[in-house]
Amino acid sequence: MGPIRRLGHSLVISLWFMFLTFPIMVPKVDTIEKTVQWRWDNLLYVGAGSFFLSLLWRFLLERKERGPFRAAEREQKPDAPTWADRLRGNPRALRSVVVILALAVCIFPFLPFVTTYQVNILTNAILYIMLGLGLNIVVGLAGLLHLGYVAFYAVGAYTYALLYYHFGVGFWTALPLGALLATLFGVLLGFPILRLRGDYLAIVTLGFGEITRLVLENWGEFTFGPSGIAGIPRPGLFGMEMNLHEVTIYIYFLMVGLCLATIFVVRRLQDSRIGRAWVALREDEIACEAMGVDTRMAKLTAFALGSTWAGLAGVVFAAKTTFVNPASFTFLESAMILSIVVLGGMGSIAGVALGALILILTPEYLRAFSEYRMLAFGVIMVLMMVFRPQGIVTGVRRVYTYTRKGQDGKET
Amino acid sequence: MTEPLLDIRDLTMRFGGLVALSGVGLHVSAGEVVALIGPNGAGKTTLFNCVTGIYQPTAGDIFINPPGGPRRRLNGMKTHRITAAGIARTFQNIRLFPEMTVLENVMIGRHCRTRAGVLAAILRDRDTRREEREVVERSYEILERFDLADHVNDLAKNLPYGDQRRLEIARALATEPFLLLLDEPAAGMNPKETDELEGLIRRICDEEKVSVLMIEHDMRIVMSISDRIVVLDYGQKIAEGTAAEIWENPAVIKAYLGEETL
Ligand SMILES: Nc1ncnc2c1ncn2[C@@H]1O[C@H](COP(=O)(O)OP(=O)(O)OP(=O)(O)O)[C@@H](O)[C@H]1O
Ligand SMILES: [Mg+2]
Repeated sequence: MGPIRRLGHSLVISLWFMFLTFPIMVPKVDTIEKTVQWRWDNLLYVGAGSFFLSLLWRFLLERKERGPFRAAEREQKPDAPTWADRLRGNPRALRSVVVILALAVCIFPFLPFVTTYQVNILTNAILYIMLGLGLNIVVGLAGLLHLGYVAFYAVGAYTYALLYYHFGVGFWTALPLGALLATLFGVLLGFPILRLRGDYLAIVTLGFGEITRLVLENWGEFTFGPSGIAGIPRPGLFGMEMNLHEVTIYIYFLMVGLCLATIFVVRRLQDSRIGRAWVALREDEIACEAMGVDTRMAKLTAFALGSTWAGLAGVVFAAKTTFVNPASFTFLESAMILSIVVLGGMGSIAGVALGALILILTPEYLRAFSEYRMLAFGVIMVLMMVFRPQGIVTGVRRVYTYTRKGQDGKET
Repeated sequence: MTEPLLDIRDLTMRFGGLVALSGVGLHVSAGEVVALIGPNGAGKTTLFNCVTGIYQPTAGDIFINPPGGPRRRLNGMKTHRITAAGIARTFQNIRLFPEMTVLENVMIGRHCRTRAGVLAAILRDRDTRREEREVVERSYEILERFDLADHVNDLAKNLPYGDQRRLEIARALATEPFLLLLDEPAAGMNPKETDELEGLIRRICDEEKVSVLMIEHDMRIVMSISDRIVVLDYGQKIAEGTAAEIWENPAVIKAYLGEETL
């Protein structure tokens, strides 16, 4: 498109915007003084703003469309290496990044300007990393669109809450029990959905998530209904007395530990016979089955193992907030976790971590603009879908560790 | 005489009112290359899908006599179990795992010959590591024989078309079958690639002791490679025999060239 036409296009768009926003942006009626104030300068801002935004939008879109062709000119490589690829190709740089990150994570809660609140929201973000990694097994690896993930999160949280309420069970006992119960629920949900694919699967899992929430809300004598269960104890440390700030830091490190465990396990799973079967299942179910993979089993294990992490996260959530009620487990929560996986890059651990940090921390720090934060959230998601549908971090398959082993195979 | 490896009897497959296969009998003996030919829509792929458990046949029996194993009936068996029992296939329209590497594609073929479960994956004990190494080495070795060793780490979707076809055969072979079902392996290949493919199939039969049942439209390769040819038309077997016999059979000529030319 020529530059003149481009300008013309943007001009038309800005005129439209000025016309559409005119009634709310320009006249201001003062009903007491009975005067009308004409704020023409607002019209100017809207016009100029939409004009430049549309120019920018168009420019970026065109650049994106040109992208693949330019890449094709550069020696036929479909994906240009990103900073993430480059980092992966350089083990020393990668190691130093990991060390710096680890140090930062350890020091963070003790920095003088860091408040309890800030430690708390970072803990929250790490909790979502764990949830994202769990869902990533189901959605990113096995390719099963799961919209009811929050149900298993709820199972974990209520396991701890109810076990404490009725039997006085402590956090450390509840942690494995919550994981176990969530896994069990995962298997139970797994069976009916084994035959479903794509949209149908999404609808059924969505239904399952909502049913779980409705049961929690309405089964009063068991779950205490919408009012929830309060006074759940925070995790203890050998019976030590801790004030709120200390216990927050303790939960923070607990969460970091659990998250590291998750990463460890998920990495090993990804890089195993089961993990490969999941990816094959995602790529082509019929071929996968024809190559001798028990696809029902693969789906069941993906569901069960994905749910395990939700269960663990749920127990920590209950302990952290000391209160659970059904309102914490709405569909919005499932959508949020799914967004983390999609935004970060499906199937990539670093991607999921980054996605969780961005999606959880941004709204927290944007609280100052709280009216606009859902808007900003929407804009970010739309931009991502347009410009980088594969997520922030991609290309994980190529560094799947056994490709290296393949070269070992060549040497031996 | 020993029992045939694959023994199909009176196989019928209906889709609603459409009879895709009616009363087809077919057998493949050890060491044989059998070609299955017929006009478009004759029911060739449907027969493959019945044998591999993707479709449940409406009537008829499918038996296998694996070398060194008991006779088994395949009807009603799950697809992955049939693969584990020793029948592997390729697809008419290539069905690789596009976002996985070439090596990984073949490694999936090893899935049914390995055991590592969830716990083994997490603990990664010695047995698991050894099994994993064996899978990699075995897969790499297969790729070497298929001339794909240079592409080990490429994504399957980035391979040239001919290589993708070969990779599909390599992946099927990784499951250690005694019978390989190839659905139009030469489709879309140029003459040179077709010749290479022919050599490859020959080598598979001789070296791996694998028998082949092959659907193919390219008559050149059918004529030169197959021990026996079976012709399907409108779901019925209309002829069976050697290449020479088939081309003298009036029913075949009619099916291929139409009524008028007779
Ligand atoms: N799942 C199905 N549902 C309904 N009809 C089907 C199904 N699969 C195949 N058919 C029909 O069965 C008939 C045989 O199809 P098939 O794919 O076996 O033919 P083919 O011999 O492989 O042909 P081609 O040479 O074109 O591959 C066709 O009429 C087809 O439309
Ligand atoms: Mg066909």
